[in-house]
Amino acid sequence: MERSSVTHKTGFWEVTKSLLSGLRLTWRHFRNADKRRAPVPVMDADYFKQPEGLVTLTYPYEAIPVPENGRYRLHNEIDDCIVCDLCAKICPVNCITIESVKATEEIGMTSDGTKKRLYAPIFDIDMAKCCFCGLCTTVCPTDCLTMTPVYDFAEVDIKNMIYHFTDLTPEQAEEKKQLLAKQQEEMAAAKAAALAARKQQ
Amino acid sequence: MLAFALTLLLLLGIVIVLAYAERKVAAFMQDRMGPTEAGPYGSLQSVLDVVKLLQKEDIVPAAADKKLFKLAPILIFAAVFAGFAVIPFTPDLIPAGIGIGVFYLLAIISLDVVGLLMAGWGSNNKYAMLGAMRSVAQIVSYEIPAGLAILSVVMVCQSLDFQEISYQQGILLNRFPGLEFETNWLFGIEALGINTTNIGGITTWNIFRAPILLVAFVIYFIASLAESNRAPFDIPEAESELVAGFHVEYSGFRFAILFLAEYSMMVLVSLVAVILFLGSWNTPLPNLTALKFANWTTGTVGELSGILWGGFWLLSKTFVLLFLQLQIRWTYPRLRVDQLMHLCWKVLTPIALGIVLLAGIWRLLMV
Repeated sequence: MERSSVTHKTGFWEVTKSLLSGLRLTWRHFRNADKRRAPVPVMDADYFKQPEGLVTLTYPYEAIPVPENGRYRLHNEIDDCIVCDLCAKICPVNCITIESVKATEEIGMTSDGTKKRLYAPIFDIDMAKCCFCGLCTTVCPTDCLTMTPVYDFAEVDIKNMIYHFTDLTPEQAEEKKQLLAKQQEEMAAAKAAALAARKQQ
Repeated sequence: MLAFALTLLLLLGIVIVLAYAERKVAAFMQDRMGPTEAGPYGSLQSVLDVVKLLQKEDIVPAAADKKLFKLAPILIFAAVFAGFAVIPFTPDLIPAGIGIGVFYLLAIISLDVVGLLMAGWGSNNKYAMLGAMRSVAQIVSYEIPAGLAILSVVMVCQSLDFQEISYQQGILLNRFPGLEFETNWLFGIEALGINTTNIGGITTWNIFRAPILLVAFVIYFIASLAESNRAPFDIPEAESELVAGFHVEYSGFRFAILFLAEYSMMVLVSLVAVILFLGSWNTPLPNLTALKFANWTTGTVGELSGILWGGFWLLSKTFVLLFLQLQIRWTYPRLRVDQLMHLCWKVLTPIALGIVLLAGIWRLLMV
């Protein structure tokens, strides 16, 4: 096959033309530098139709909006949580830590009508470990654990990546524990008394 | 001494602007934004870079030849800076108005090579050594076409004095001592019968006075890119192969000096191109019958207006050339070593020799 490339011996004008077209290209980009890419979301019709201008977005000041159903940072609506521990069990990276305390009586109802019987003195999600698989949100029976479109939550101290969702203060948690212990003691006492009474019969 | 301080100050200012422009222009040509954070539109970025470099530790490698290593940046910068001594900034402002300015400039810039070799050898680093060798080979080679292109200007102008060459290229021709009875003809040919002495502007620039010098200008410009180690002739610094060429081992203030020398070289070769080919500090606007554009934009020699107009035209033309250098850097890929030498010895040098001959013939037509 014969080579058809331009050689330095024959193509002076060709080479000059191609050098000039190169300069024209950079000059065109330089001239279009007053135009900017608009931070439109991917759903926008113009998303792929912005061939000119600077493509950089000055991120902290402007950002491409993410879809409303974006699945990034986890959020737990503790009022709706029945502390079933399913999310902690299914988590492949063990980033959810839950400690539960039985309530002495029924606490209330979640918004979908499920009865709440457990307190959660600890409900921690370590977002630094999270792999964003979303399994926890699919198993959640009351849909209280959801992923939110918030993605910019970097922290200087990695401890701040652990999100605490409990609504109890440590004192309240201690109080609930003691209440439970007291109730269980009473129940145990009542049981023992009942057992003793049955034996006497 | 005052000239020294003023030139240094001017040079530092231009280099700061140029370093900022380099980053901004590069960014715009690649659809990026460049510096945006430091000051309005990132304009303080290069100032901050300098401040950062001054704070850094001055590291001298243990295995380096310490004397050469330490001396090299000073020699390199001194060689380039000394070149500015003969640059006429305005019709009556020139740091050192010596009669053999062109010759002196070529000679003093060649000293740069010694400094580069000292830096490369002294660093005791293979990349630095390779970079320095390439740099020296390139600069020494390209001095020949550049020198021949300059020689053709000298032949047309019959002078080695930058200031005299500058005066020849404008309406102030007869104001220079010794040129009182000279006349500029269109394209330098008296037979055409168009006297451009009082028209001035672009018609009396060297590239117009002797159009053959347009080719010489292109040769000089290409050679000057190679002499200042700019892309597409930047194999001495080839970021991808040699890290940074001869100055890999330098840090802090010494690196800042090398950086400054590099950018000063860019400014110097552009200044020389403007002075020799593009009308020096003369206005590009010609006098057209009643519209005395050239007179209006020249000012009065010896007064503030003359200094301001002269400086303005010289620097703006220089910045156009500098912009072209930047644009070329971000447009063309780097040449291989053999292509570089091919271009120099087999293309530019023969053409430049031909130009010298033609310039001599042209000069005969001019008298």
